[in-house]
Amino acid sequence: MASTDRRKRDYSITGPENQRAQERGLAAAEWYTCPIPRQRMKELMKRKNGPAIRDTLIWFGSLLILGYLAYLSWGTWWAVPAFLAYGILYATPGDSRWHECGHGTAFKTPWMNEVVYQIASFMVLRSATPWRWSHARHHTDTIIVGRDPEIITERPPVWKILLMQIFHLYGGPIELKRFALHTFGKLEEQERDYIPASEHRKVFREARIYMLILLAVVAACIYAGSILPAMFVFFPSFYGGIVVITFGITQHLGLYEDVLDHRLNTRTVYMNPVLRFLYWNMNYHVEHHMFPMVPYHALPKLHEEMKADCPAARRGLFAALKEVITALRKQKHDPAYVVEKPLPATARPYVRGVPQQQDTSLRSEVL
Amino acid sequence: MRTGTWIEACAADAIEAEDVIRFDFEDRTYAIYRTENGDYYATDGYCTHEKIHLSNGLVMGSVIECPKHNGRFDIPTGKAKRAPVCVDLKTYPVKVEAGKVYIQA
Ligand code: FES
Repeated sequence: MASTDRRKRDYSITGPENQRAQERGLAAAEWYTCPIPRQRMKELMKRKNGPAIRDTLIWFGSLLILGYLAYLSWGTWWAVPAFLAYGILYATPGDSRWHECGHGTAFKTPWMNEVVYQIASFMVLRSATPWRWSHARHHTDTIIVGRDPEIITERPPVWKILLMQIFHLYGGPIELKRFALHTFGKLEEQERDYIPASEHRKVFREARIYMLILLAVVAACIYAGSILPAMFVFFPSFYGGIVVITFGITQHLGLYEDVLDHRLNTRTVYMNPVLRFLYWNMNYHVEHHMFPMVPYHALPKLHEEMKADCPAARRGLFAALKEVITALRKQKHDPAYVVEKPLPATARPYVRGVPQQQDTSLRSEVL
Repeated sequence: MRTGTWIEACAADAIEAEDVIRFDFEDRTYAIYRTENGDYYATDGYCTHEKIHLSNGLVMGSVIECPKHNGRFDIPTGKAKRAPVCVDLKTYPVKVEAGKVYIQA
């Protein structure tokens, strides 16, 4: 068994781990992919407008209805559940639509992806262009320390971040600070690492538009003499965050870092149709990472194609959360701890990284 | 590498309509396309964003989408059409003769 006193690592992408990952051959490396015949892949990658138009109409229609009920309830105790429901329906699909439309796979028609991407980016307070680039890096170097800017928390975990994210109080203020920075034509140092110079002007323009919208919300609140306008736009990004973080922590936490096989660092979780609607099938997360070309509506079918080559999916959100929280608690004392699921007999072996440089300090538990 | 030489790449019917295949020659890799209306094109095989084979991507009309980050290129011109690709793709002349596809590389 390996040592448990793994040195604390620097997770920033401007620190020494970035260089180390490159030296170890983990940056922009070749990743394992499950064998799927090209013909079948072509069917799975096929784009459609229908499912995303239907889901977008249902989403915005439901938001209007819940928003109206919340408006009627304002001033009574009913406002608490009404706004909570509105906020969850605002932020959760906001996050998943941001994600899918960012990949450009949700709709067949490019401008539809772009329109929903821009709206959803604002709803979840993510600068559209910087996050497009950050997410591209997340796909290139998934959970490679020093390379992936989207690792939710380091090992040992920082519980404060996870708890604050229930109301988006960790990421939200960081994003608002970035909006301000971008509005004045500046970028963070780490953003320079993954956003090419040709995109900088676009970043600044988008931030200025966001700022104008936020100022309009503030003006509406002052005019109305109430925070009610902000309860519909802006505040839901915070008070509606609970399901976003609940889903988000199931994606990679408690699993391996620094491997080149999504079956080891990403989790697929079975969810019911309501949760899958909110999450746009991102519970099929191994599938999404391995084949980002496959649109959300085809992920259940892709899962069927891949499952003989993958560890068993977690049976439900609660099972996944239990696994994550248990792993994080263990990592608090033993940062080297990771969960590893056995592969079925039909699967090809895991690819743990660049062979001669595997990190022997990892201690995994086969569940 | 030879320049301007016509190289036999594959049989014309080895590529389905609206699809792409990989063709390696000497130390280079190419992507050879057949669009829906039966036209053939060739470009560099790797995406200009990262070293990813475009032959695993998706051909939609006259556009190829890269399998890694969904960046897009216009196949006939190689123009970068969607982030994260910003640099155009190099294209190569193609001819089809006697049921074979040739590229001038
Ligand atoms: S590698 Fe092609 S879009 Fe990134």
